[in-house]
Amino acid sequence: MAVLATAAGVPFAVLPALLVVPAAGALLVAVLPRRRPELVKLVAVATSMVVAAMTVWLLVAFDVDRGADMQFEFRHSWMTDLGIQWLLAVDGISLFLIVLTGILFPIALLAVDPGHDERAYFAWMLLLEAGVIGVFCAMDLMVFFLCFEVVLVPMYFLIGRWGHENSAYAATKFFLFTMAGSALMLIGILVLAFLHADATGGGLTFDLVELAEAQSLGTTTARWVFLSFALAFAVKVPIFPLHTWLPDAHTEAPTAGSVILAGVLLKLGTYGFLRFGLYLFPEASHFFAPVFLTLGLVGIIYGGVVATMQRDLKRLVAYSSVAHLGFIVLGTFALNTEGIEGGLLQMVNHGVSTAALFLLVGMIYERRHTRRIDELGGLQKSAPILAGVFTLVMLSSIGLPGLNGFVGEFLVLVGTFNAHPWLAVVATGGVVLAALYLLWAYQRVFHGPADGDNAEMPDLKIREGLVLAPLLVLIVAMGVYPKPVLERMEPSVDALVAHIETHVDGFHEPTSRFGADIVVGDGGDDSGDDH
Amino acid sequence: MPPVVTPEVIWWALVPLLVLSAGGFLLLTIASLVRRLPDALPQAWTVITGLVVLVATIPMWDRVQSDGPRSFLGGTVAVDGSTVLVTAILAIAVVATALLARPYLEREDLPGVELYVLLLLSAAGGVVMASADDLIVLFLGLEILSIAAYVMAALHLRRIESQEAALKYFVLGAFASAFLLYGMALIYGATGSTRMARISGYLASTVLVQDGMLLAGIALLLVGLAFKVAAVPFHAWTPDVYQGAPSPVVAWMAAGVKTAGFAAMLRILVVTLGTHASDWGPAVAVLAAASMVVGAWVAVLQTDVKRMLAYSSIAHAGFILLGIQAASGRGTAAVYVYLFVYTLLATGSFAVITTVGGRGDAAHGLDSYRGLARRQPLLAGAFTVLLLGQAGIPFTGGFVAKLGVLAAAVEGRTYWVAIVAMAAAAVAAFVYLRILVAMYLEDPEPDTAERIEVPPGTMVVIGVACAGVLLIGLVPGLLLDIAADAIPVLVGG
Repeated sequence: MAVLATAAGVPFAVLPALLVVPAAGALLVAVLPRRRPELVKLVAVATSMVVAAMTVWLLVAFDVDRGADMQFEFRHSWMTDLGIQWLLAVDGISLFLIVLTGILFPIALLAVDPGHDERAYFAWMLLLEAGVIGVFCAMDLMVFFLCFEVVLVPMYFLIGRWGHENSAYAATKFFLFTMAGSALMLIGILVLAFLHADATGGGLTFDLVELAEAQSLGTTTARWVFLSFALAFAVKVPIFPLHTWLPDAHTEAPTAGSVILAGVLLKLGTYGFLRFGLYLFPEASHFFAPVFLTLGLVGIIYGGVVATMQRDLKRLVAYSSVAHLGFIVLGTFALNTEGIEGGLLQMVNHGVSTAALFLLVGMIYERRHTRRIDELGGLQKSAPILAGVFTLVMLSSIGLPGLNGFVGEFLVLVGTFNAHPWLAVVATGGVVLAALYLLWAYQRVFHGPADGDNAEMPDLKIREGLVLAPLLVLIVAMGVYPKPVLERMEPSVDALVAHIETHVDGFHEPTSRFGADIVVGDGGDDSGDDH
Repeated sequence: MPPVVTPEVIWWALVPLLVLSAGGFLLLTIASLVRRLPDALPQAWTVITGLVVLVATIPMWDRVQSDGPRSFLGGTVAVDGSTVLVTAILAIAVVATALLARPYLEREDLPGVELYVLLLLSAAGGVVMASADDLIVLFLGLEILSIAAYVMAALHLRRIESQEAALKYFVLGAFASAFLLYGMALIYGATGSTRMARISGYLASTVLVQDGMLLAGIALLLVGLAFKVAAVPFHAWTPDVYQGAPSPVVAWMAAGVKTAGFAAMLRILVVTLGTHASDWGPAVAVLAAASMVVGAWVAVLQTDVKRMLAYSSIAHAGFILLGIQAASGRGTAAVYVYLFVYTLLATGSFAVITTVGGRGDAAHGLDSYRGLARRQPLLAGAFTVLLLGQAGIPFTGGFVAKLGVLAAAVEGRTYWVAIVAMAAAAVAAFVYLRILVAMYLEDPEPDTAERIEVPPGTMVVIGVACAGVLLIGLVPGLLLDIAADAIPVLVGG
């Protein structure tokens, strides 16, 4: 990876800035005078806006022609005796997740006021943002692990201190589940690095690209190490049956916490599978793919069925996340371009639409102080605009053609069908289930006679509309014209699939059985398999 | 008559030892001669003595790095990188303990001078241990360190728990010393010397046909040292002593005594008996695993914060043993990093505990911490940093420390202990979370609404500890490079 992004006319080290700016903003917020909550919010929002602007700039400056390369690379030695370095870079896989993070944070910060302890709240949110961006652009395994772990702390406090009634329980459960899950990954990372150093005779390194290209572990060892990674990611995704922390955390978290949790944090696991699971351990990923395909499928059906039976609106959305993430896992382990790209796109889509859903549920809760579906009803009459927005977001979540959810889900299904037709057939049932639980919930909440407080519920305020607007634009835009997104993702995904083909004996990308390849976007010129 | 040949003495290498013991004895003399000593004097005296030692280690470090390790006094005392680093850690612990001691003594209305004198002497013992090149010298240092610490544990005259703690500490400590001494005797019998350099030279050049005596010696040494550093199953005294002893003294025991004990362990096991690492390594690995599991697990069951941290200190000891059992340069350096970080974490944490403990040193229940964040956000925030550091959360010094010993264990291919360690770390995280939950997520007790006054000295300790923990977490290179240069070496024979 000799190409340095600074050579391509990047005026400043944008990736370190993406970490430093929110962290510095958090420090600044923490030392502001306590009596000025509005000032605190202003600084926090401004910081996150700056970050958002930088991520958008990243998107624009991203070189599509070198789509498969690591771009904007930044290297700085950190713990020299262990060979750990601040190695940050972006490629087509992480680009949109970073942009998603950049966009969701100001929305979450603007949309909801914490109500108490503003300084701590905004400081934690900004630290969380720094940590999440760190996960997405770390190309050094140890730095990745550090960011992956450190994200727990702000999230723990956000859920615990600003959440609902049972928040202490939910926060502790969240923390312990994820911490226990990732504990073994640290050992896995160390084993990988030390065995690699032994095999090559060189020094220790945690450089992802170097480790992945060398493939210096024996097959059995690689499988064990893969499992240590997979456990961490499976808890974070979460994959059935490790998902039990998710509904609790989502339900008890404050609205902004749910938005970030669903929008960004759940992607850490699926991103981890893609970036570290498949790339570092192609053979083991291929070997264990049936397990994860099955669990993904179970997640889709289980999440859908359980979501249908929920009485709490927020819990319903939480379980719908389990189902959606099942799709992403399914696509990832289909191990072909369509599936992986669909999964990746679905990560972004799920981030956008579930964030919007949580915002809407939060707005309903603020007005009615209940999330119980049976206590709501007929809201369409009192709040028609809210109902309209909800409809759009819901349809996106269901995967209606023309909206963003469709493209990702469709690609996942195509990819899965090419690899394992019967799994795709069952997974399609999940799409039907999604329509069932969301439409049924919509019907109960928005239709029917409005009684009591439901009849007088105020409609969407302008501020709330403005907060939601960017998400709605994304929902429509990415549904109608996904090409700019796909053409930036595809080279990296192609390179990943080619990498798996190279390193797994006798494995060929499962492609269409009916002659014609389905062409998505047209940006994949397959030039870059040098990472 | 031929002139008497006296052994060579490298005076600059003895400066910390001389300053500490002279400081202790002078303070004792002055206090017994002058009737009414100004209240602040003993504390200021101790802090300055500690700082002088700390400053003195800087030129010593340079000298050791440029001239290489030296052995003197007939090959019984050494000065090398590890000596200087351990001396510096002990000096930091002395300063911190002294800063915590005065507000404590004032609050509890206790007489003042003895604690400081004993502290300085105890530290002098620790320095002797860190520079011992001979088993007998090491034993002398250990006894100086321990006997002073036994008395310190009993210093709260009116608390029966304090007396109980001291008695337990003394009986079990004496017991451990006996084991240690017996082990040394057996090793002398097996190798023919008490000098570390000769022992290691003998073992490197000779294949023992019958090594029963040597192995028995190693086993007894291990038992004695494991008692001192409170490794499971030789840990039973720790919770009671930690709970009963005055909190500043506990800070010294957790930071200073432990550091000296592990420094001795490194000198004996890794450096002197390194050729027999395949014999003692697995035993230490088992001790490490048992300490981490029992420490973390039992800590979860406690409701007294001081006891929680006592058990968590056992778990920390297990982590440090993880670095020792690797018997490698990486492991040794990682142990020094861990000891430094743990000194900061322990003194800082016990500073908070001392303060919250209140008059009578009794308010250590989890209830005393409920709603602390609402009453005193700054104190709670500082404790949060220290607890997260103890949990080994990334970007704190605690993570750097844990990473080092884990890397050493993985490098030594003892995967099973590394896996046990991470499992224990996840359990231990729950302990720290419980304190965090109490501080942040629970409402304060109605009758504990009064503000806790944080004395300035204590504030300094907490502040420096937090800053250090975060600094090491963000810029670990500062400490890692020093530790890598501090690996002890035996010279002379």
